[in-house]
Amino acid sequence: MTDALALARRRLLDEAGLEEQHLSRIMGTLLSRQVDIADIYLGYSRSESWVLDDGIIKEGDYSIEQGAGIRAVSGEKTGFAYTEQLTQTAMLDAAKAARSIAHSGVSARHAASVEPPTHPQRYILDNPLDSLPENQKIALLHTLDRAARDADPRVRQVNVSLMAAHDTVLIYDELGRITGDVRPLVRLDVSVIVEHHGRREQGYSGGGARSTLDFFLEQDRALGYAREAVRQALVNLEAVEAPAGMMPVVLGPGWPGVLLHEAVGHGLEGDFNRKGTSTFSQRLGEQVASPLCTVVDDGSLPGRRGSLSVDDEGTPSQHTVLIENGILKGYMQDRMNARLMDAAVTGNGRRESYAHLPMPRMTNTYMLPGEQVPQDIIASVDKGLYAVNFGGGQVDITSGKFVFSANEAYLIEKGELGAPVKGATLIGNGPEVMRQISMVGNDLQLDSGVGVCGKEGQSAPVGVGQPTLKIDQLTVGGTHA
Amino acid sequence: MPDAMQKSQLQQIVEGLLHEARRQGADSAEAGAQIQQGLAVNVRMGEVDTIEHASDQGLGLTVYRGQRKGTASTSDFSVQAIKETVAAACRIARYTSEDSAAGLADAALMATEIPDLELNHPWAIDAEQALRVAQDCEAAALAHDARITNSEGAGVNTRNSLFVYGNTHGFIEGYPTTRHSISCAVLAKQNDDMQRDAWYTTDRSPADLQDARAVGIEAGRRSLERLGSRKLSTMTCPVLFKADAAVGLLRHLISAIRGSALYHRASFLLDKLGHQIFPDWVMIDEDPLRLRGLRSAPFDGEGVATRPRYLVTEGVLRGYVLESYSARKLGMQTTGNAGGVRNLRIQDTGQSFDELVRQMHRGLVVTKLMGQGSNLVTGDYSRGAAGFWVEHGEVQYPVEEVTVAGNLQDMFSGLLAVGTDNQIPGSVQTGSWLIERMMVAGVD
Repeated sequence: MTDALALARRRLLDEAGLEEQHLSRIMGTLLSRQVDIADIYLGYSRSESWVLDDGIIKEGDYSIEQGAGIRAVSGEKTGFAYTEQLTQTAMLDAAKAARSIAHSGVSARHAASVEPPTHPQRYILDNPLDSLPENQKIALLHTLDRAARDADPRVRQVNVSLMAAHDTVLIYDELGRITGDVRPLVRLDVSVIVEHHGRREQGYSGGGARSTLDFFLEQDRALGYAREAVRQALVNLEAVEAPAGMMPVVLGPGWPGVLLHEAVGHGLEGDFNRKGTSTFSQRLGEQVASPLCTVVDDGSLPGRRGSLSVDDEGTPSQHTVLIENGILKGYMQDRMNARLMDAAVTGNGRRESYAHLPMPRMTNTYMLPGEQVPQDIIASVDKGLYAVNFGGGQVDITSGKFVFSANEAYLIEKGELGAPVKGATLIGNGPEVMRQISMVGNDLQLDSGVGVCGKEGQSAPVGVGQPTLKIDQLTVGGTHA
Repeated sequence: MPDAMQKSQLQQIVEGLLHEARRQGADSAEAGAQIQQGLAVNVRMGEVDTIEHASDQGLGLTVYRGQRKGTASTSDFSVQAIKETVAAACRIARYTSEDSAAGLADAALMATEIPDLELNHPWAIDAEQALRVAQDCEAAALAHDARITNSEGAGVNTRNSLFVYGNTHGFIEGYPTTRHSISCAVLAKQNDDMQRDAWYTTDRSPADLQDARAVGIEAGRRSLERLGSRKLSTMTCPVLFKADAAVGLLRHLISAIRGSALYHRASFLLDKLGHQIFPDWVMIDEDPLRLRGLRSAPFDGEGVATRPRYLVTEGVLRGYVLESYSARKLGMQTTGNAGGVRNLRIQDTGQSFDELVRQMHRGLVVTKLMGQGSNLVTGDYSRGAAGFWVEHGEVQYPVEEVTVAGNLQDMFSGLLAVGTDNQIPGSVQTGSWLIERMMVAGVD
């Protein structure tokens, strides 16, 4: 198998008429000032999407993106410039602009090019755009449209979108380390509108992975999304008003792990903690969650949407324990924040593209399983809410307040599941809610691969997961008193 | 900085794309190209944090083979990349379906005059000068009160763009624009209570920006007033959405009257054209030709001439938000909204914010909203909120960790007043919205 670095060199150096000595010369320009960290990040990406809507293949799109981002870090200062032109001249200009933050004087570092130790590859390198012939991509969309419509006569609208992207990156840093990665990413979404007696509701399902489009054909995954979208929409047709107020909330396994992403994940990113702006700042070693909770971030899981063989600074991804038995163990770091906080890098330095600065970001964030049987967790609630599907969430990392919006939930009455309820936002305070977790199920699931995280205007694919959880008290934002 | 020469270069690129698309078999095509240059600096605790030099370029192409459509885009302007882009769009158009609604906007609708909307006001500022502006801004925030102890920083951002759009009707036009902003986010701390808030100013011309110190002071004031926030008990009460939060309600309205939501029957405002959706005093208009407007444009994303219009008069929905595709699906005419709505405004009812607080008497002022809890198919609305509790017509204390919930249709018809406090940054002009009643969830 050809390795990722060889492919990245061919794509980003050979095909652009560049050589490694050019990168070395550009790095020399950056290091002619007092610089602590510097990197040249070359990115090449191709993506394609297809949309079926109203029963026809309505749209197809193909996108080309490439360029170089050049960064110089001096202490807490960062200088950055980028260019779409992979030429020595354009990159030298960018390097001169980037280094202007640093004082004059030469940096001590600058070795000749070295290859960092090899790291395990966490996904295949194949180009997912070419993984199915066009007519089979089209046929797949039509199959899902039919499957959704055949599932129930109340289905009125079906929208299916298929996305495939192939990113190649090459990173050259101030130590002369050169790292490459080739990242496939695929995603399939099905959304439906059902209508009955004038009432309309929607349902959605989807999945994705760092893989080829074959991923969706394996185990009938794609058909599963279509059926699941219809099932969810039909449940919502029966939904009654959601309750309002504080009550016990049981969260289902898998995607509801968006709780962890919002309630603790962002607050444990290194940059916020270096700056002391997070509710979790200065709290390493403290009890920040119930002792039942162990939360990890793991970019090394094979083929997951949030996985990375190396992050965007060339650091291999890893399994990082954030909270162990309720005790805060560590933050997620990129190189700059790790250096300033005197901590180890954790492989969480991510950037949306060459045109964005890297920062600490989550990969796949999930809670390890506990010992309870899920049915017992539901049975323990006298009156509360069981939420199994969520839309997005948001957090204010300073106050710790976070929200996430349920789009499939049920009442629990005397330990039994009751009627489905309309969508409702749940709101709480991260550390307080984590301390309210009183039962953890034995049914850990990771999500199906649809997570997109936004931070400071940059989006990144992420994963979440959790077992069934019980939160003793959480505010549910329904309309029914 | 984009100049006349760059404009003619972009025009050549767009013409080249359209020509190449035809050569490769397209019956019609449209293309847009954009270049941007910018500078963004951030200071934190008085020190330089980041200096970013931005330089972006991109072009996008849509081709039609008969009624089949394909699109492609590239950030690489090399001859090879442009060929690849055209080939990709044409290849895609072999696999998409015949779609009777697909195609360029009608030739007769193309803009024939391109008025100067005064959208281009470059800011002659270098990194050193921008850093000083940001430092002034942050220093004013930090000096505002001893409890403002930490900062996420203050930033200055300036961007020059040049955009050209053309299609095979022979339409090709473009113009330069600028956009600048100053922003600040600081933390206030009292005992264990830590709160963050931010403020910003953004405009086409640097001369129209709010003073940097005033931005800092406002950021400081906002984070301070969040200290000591309490929870509320669960209840039904009137809710006053502060102007910058009310912007979101107007955006939900727009999302629900967009063509794609309507022809998919995925809107709570389905078939409401000509019907009362607000009280009879509500007037909402869109002015794409407003001078220096942040969303102003002489033509839309399909070359269609834009024009000012009312979306709502006397509380009645008068128009949808359509581009030519959704217009054809609905059997209507495009409203020149390819690319969205431009410079919305809702007329006020004459009360200041303080007067609205007195009018509400007892209820919740919402200053911040969190999360995505609005369902545009059903109108169901449930979002996280923070703000202030009002009793006896006066603000009592800050509130956090509550939700506000209702149905957008009920919220629109229960709109009691719109304030005169419409001086908010951005393209939407609205004052605060007083809504008759909503469910507020908190502790029991």
